[in-house]
Amino acid sequence: MNTLLAQSINLFAVVLLVLAFAMIAQRRILTLIHLFTLQGAALAVATLIVGYLTGQHHLYFSAALTFVLKVILIPILLHRVIQRLNVRWDVETLFNIPTTMLIGIVLVIFAFNLAAPIAGLSTSIARGTLGIALACVLLSFLMMIVRAKAVPQVIGFLSMENGLFFAATAATSGMPMIVELGIAFDVLVGILILGVFMFQIREQFDSLDIRHLEKLKED
Amino acid sequence: MLVLDWILIVIAGWLALGVAGIGALRNTAFVARVLFPAGAVLAVALAGLAVAGLLGTPETAVLAIGLPDLPFHLRLDGLSAFFLLVIGAISFGISIFAAGYFRHGEGTPPGLMCLEYHLFLASMALVVLADDAYAFMVMWETMALSSFFLVTANHRVPAIREAGFLYLLIAHIGAIGILLCFGVLQANTGDYTFANMRAQSLSPLWASAAFLLATVGFGAKAGILPLHVWLPEAHPAAPSPVSALMSAVMLKTAIYGLLRVSFDLLGAQQWWWGVLLLAVGLATALYGVVFSAVQTDMKRLLAYSSIENIGLLFVGIGLGVLFNAYGMKALSALALTAALYHVVGHAFFKSLLFLATGSVLHATGERSLGKLGGLMRRMPWVAWLSLVGVLASSGLPPFSGFVSEWLLLQSFLFTTGLPDSFLNMLVPVLAAGIALVAALAGYTMVKFYGVIFLGQPREPKLADAHPASPLERAGLVWLGAGCVLLGLFPVAVIGLIDPVTRLLVGGGIAETVRANGWLLLSPSSPDRASYSPLVFLGVVSLAVLLAVVLVRKLYHGRLRRAPAWDCGYPAQTARMQDTAEGFGQPIRQIFEPFFRMRRELPSPFDAKPHYRVTIEDHFWHWLYLPVARLTSAIARGVGRLQQGRIAIYLLYSFVTLMVLLVVVKS
Amino acid sequence: MSIVGLFAQLLAILLALALAPLLTGWVNQWRAWLQGRRAPGLLQPYRVLHKLFNKESVVAEHATPIFRVAPYIMFGCMALACGIAPTLSTDLPLAPAADAIALVGLFALARVFISLAAMDIGTSFGTLGARREMLIGFLAEPALLMVLFSASLITRSTSLAMIVETLAHQPFAIYPSLAVAGVAFTMVSLAENARVPVDNPTTHLELTMIHEALILEYSGRHLALVEWAASLKLFAYSCIGLALFVPWGVAEAGTPVAILFAIPMLVVKLAVGGVLLALIETINAKMRLFRVPEFLATAFLLAVIALLVHVLLGA
Repeated sequence: MNTLLAQSINLFAVVLLVLAFAMIAQRRILTLIHLFTLQGAALAVATLIVGYLTGQHHLYFSAALTFVLKVILIPILLHRVIQRLNVRWDVETLFNIPTTMLIGIVLVIFAFNLAAPIAGLSTSIARGTLGIALACVLLSFLMMIVRAKAVPQVIGFLSMENGLFFAATAATSGMPMIVELGIAFDVLVGILILGVFMFQIREQFDSLDIRHLEKLKED
Repeated sequence: MLVLDWILIVIAGWLALGVAGIGALRNTAFVARVLFPAGAVLAVALAGLAVAGLLGTPETAVLAIGLPDLPFHLRLDGLSAFFLLVIGAISFGISIFAAGYFRHGEGTPPGLMCLEYHLFLASMALVVLADDAYAFMVMWETMALSSFFLVTANHRVPAIREAGFLYLLIAHIGAIGILLCFGVLQANTGDYTFANMRAQSLSPLWASAAFLLATVGFGAKAGILPLHVWLPEAHPAAPSPVSALMSAVMLKTAIYGLLRVSFDLLGAQQWWWGVLLLAVGLATALYGVVFSAVQTDMKRLLAYSSIENIGLLFVGIGLGVLFNAYGMKALSALALTAALYHVVGHAFFKSLLFLATGSVLHATGERSLGKLGGLMRRMPWVAWLSLVGVLASSGLPPFSGFVSEWLLLQSFLFTTGLPDSFLNMLVPVLAAGIALVAALAGYTMVKFYGVIFLGQPREPKLADAHPASPLERAGLVWLGAGCVLLGLFPVAVIGLIDPVTRLLVGGGIAETVRANGWLLLSPSSPDRASYSPLVFLGVVSLAVLLAVVLVRKLYHGRLRRAPAWDCGYPAQTARMQDTAEGFGQPIRQIFEPFFRMRRELPSPFDAKPHYRVTIEDHFWHWLYLPVARLTSAIARGVGRLQQGRIAIYLLYSFVTLMVLLVVVKS
Repeated sequence: MSIVGLFAQLLAILLALALAPLLTGWVNQWRAWLQGRRAPGLLQPYRVLHKLFNKESVVAEHATPIFRVAPYIMFGCMALACGIAPTLSTDLPLAPAADAIALVGLFALARVFISLAAMDIGTSFGTLGARREMLIGFLAEPALLMVLFSASLITRSTSLAMIVETLAHQPFAIYPSLAVAGVAFTMVSLAENARVPVDNPTTHLELTMIHEALILEYSGRHLALVEWAASLKLFAYSCIGLALFVPWGVAEAGTPVAILFAIPMLVVKLAVGGVLLALIETINAKMRLFRVPEFLATAFLLAVIALLVHVLLGA
């Protein structure tokens, strides 16, 4: 049973990766939020399993925290944001989607290779997944780069945090509780600030296109 | 007498036929009915001798022609015998076809054509036999020149002249690369025989330099990216037997050269050479097939398809180098077997298809796919034999193209065992690219075949298309039979490839394959992978036969001919079929970044609406035009020196002399 | 080659020929139920086949032999495909004749012939169908090959029978790479079998159809063979999917009795698979044609990820 659970961590890691790819490929904001919610859920379950297998009970708390924050609270916030701002447009990308996906594949290969030696040093049961976690982080980063609007960028940022969190869990069986709590609050505060920020952009430019921010520089 | 001597006699025979052609300069009947068939007989003799050479031991000879004290060294070993076999077998079919093809009044007089043609054949045979750089370069240049004159057979058409010049230009860029490569290989010993080059052990840096020069030099002849631009111009310009010969055989001499230099003359290989060849090959293959899919000229389509196949060959060789660099001899042999198999396979199906376009061209006078169609009913022989070529070219079982594709994919499956973590992830992913190329080749070939031979004639004049002459058919039958047999008896063919891989990497797969029986192609063990084209064909044919018989027995065989249904639309015309442009439209849309596309769309209010789309190569604009502009700018600058007065020219020489003297003194 | 193997081989092909229309009927039935319609009977596909075989074939005046040969070749290819796919037993004498890569080639052969046949008549819809079919083909083929590559790397074999035997033999383990490959395979199968969201098997709206446009000119026994071959293709794809991702319950060499148990096992697995297919077709809408390349590119990407994940995790 335990071996199966240990293998299922790999499975959830791959789910995270596939979801990260799906976010890159997705054109609609609403679906993007759903994908993010799913990613949060997968992350919570993976954390729970690592916690169970390693007997580190504080991981239960971080799993619960992840669940509350990333599956319930932030998606609700995001939903409200897009409702209030009335942004239901298709996502605009700077490159076309197939090109982005090809770059994504290259990033994955890069991440996998980078993580291979590090994973060798770790003793955690989920060390093989470090490469996947790194790939998730890079993919989310890519998503933030190629998206032109503010909401997808925020989702990219959050998804990157998911990847980092998973890397921490996978490589070191989780960070100390106090650090995790701190990060959790950081993310929450971050999303609130970004939310306010988005309203401000909108007020200023009547659009959420962040390319408008280029006008703000002093000449 | 040695096998090599007999081969030289055959080559001398070809030259004699060429000279005889000069004697009967304008006697078309004599040239076509006597000289070309005689050339075909010599070709089949060459193929037979090559098999003997392949199975025998290496032989050498020194020919006292050439410059004093600089004789031609010749050597017949497995590698050269294998390519001689290709030259002989393919040129047999092409010569027979050509006997029925050449007619009165096509530019160059037939006798001269006969000389150029046989000189071309002889020079290709001598290129693969050459055992020193001098003989190699002389033959290489003879090959380039004779083929240049063949390409420009119709030299009164300006476009053909331009295509010929472009071809000559790039051929010479390549020749410079090869010359420099030999210069590096002889390692300052001054001895340009291949035996000496083999004995030298170069430092990794110089070895890499030689390898890169060889890749550029032979790549220019083979048509790899970005040196491919001459290929789609020259192949359509040439008469069809010549295009067939160039695409099927001459491109392969470049492959021969690359194999000779990178495996035989250079000793130890480095892994990144393999990666370079893989990357270049895959890019070339993808580029070739995507462009091939959007062409509207049938010979250009085939020319781009040749670029694709050359790319696949480079991928196979690249894998071979990669495995060999890590000492994995057996796997390297597997990848090289795939590449060499494709050399033969491509030679057969591409010459078949080029010749078929020749027959179509003669029958209809049309090269544009938009004006063909429905030719299967007018020229059934050409159509059915082309179908064989098309299926082989699409890489479909049980034809020849599939075997090499299968072997190539099998060798890709082993790349996860490479000892480098980057490579064992990156290289298997490249197999996906190969799969895409193979599938796109199927798309292209369905377009090619469907638009030319199927459907309804798009022009009224196609009703007068006459079927191919018996000699043309005979040539096509030979090549078509080759495609089928190569597909059905892979084990026997691999037996012939085995001496080559043993020579190149010291390993072969024939033993393993033979151990698994003649019926089953299995490069490692039947548990791991196996393919049996005969059983494959047998079961499918059996199922088809049973279905035919049972349906007739249990039900009936009633059939009624009626006008086409087409959803009940009665007013359909042949113009409503998909055109070649239409068939290429999805490719244009999906691979848009590949093309430099210009579209003129009609507006709804045009009285005479017209639609035009032109597709150009990015490389032409990115690379060639800037280089051309730069060259002409430099030429203009140099031109200022030219004053037309003798005194000033003498002054230049005088000043140069003074400067040199000052430099020497200090 | 053993007698039992020969028997199993014959049984597998005959069973496929007999059951394939039933699977199609089952899927159609569930689709109707899920969409709140009254379903046609389970045996409807057989009735249609019988009716079509009885009818006379009407062939266009200028059709070449390719048009008449293509349905038979397609049928023969699909019969062989069902013979290679390990449905009942892994001890198949035909299995060495074509491995997973050759299987992809087999499907491609059938596709090329039916596309050529569609172009043969030279009508606007026929050529349109041929072009679309080849478009889907060249996108789906690499994805399918990559899926099979992942499975081959796990089991170190490209022989389908060996893949099933290896997967079924080892202790149950979760293969993330196979899970991803499974999703990719499902997407490819939907496209290859002309299912929603790529194509609608029941559509008769000319501008949207793909498979139907391709076979528009066929009638009588030719149409029957094409329909039967399409059923066989669905059957073969389902069996390959089951073989790769649910390999249990297939009999192995030297166990003749196990074949008898394998039959009900196969029927149950196919029944569940059919319901899932009907469900997918019900909850999805058909895509625009030029969304299809994106859909298949995603499948291709997933298959590549599966390959990479396998190399990274070794699982």
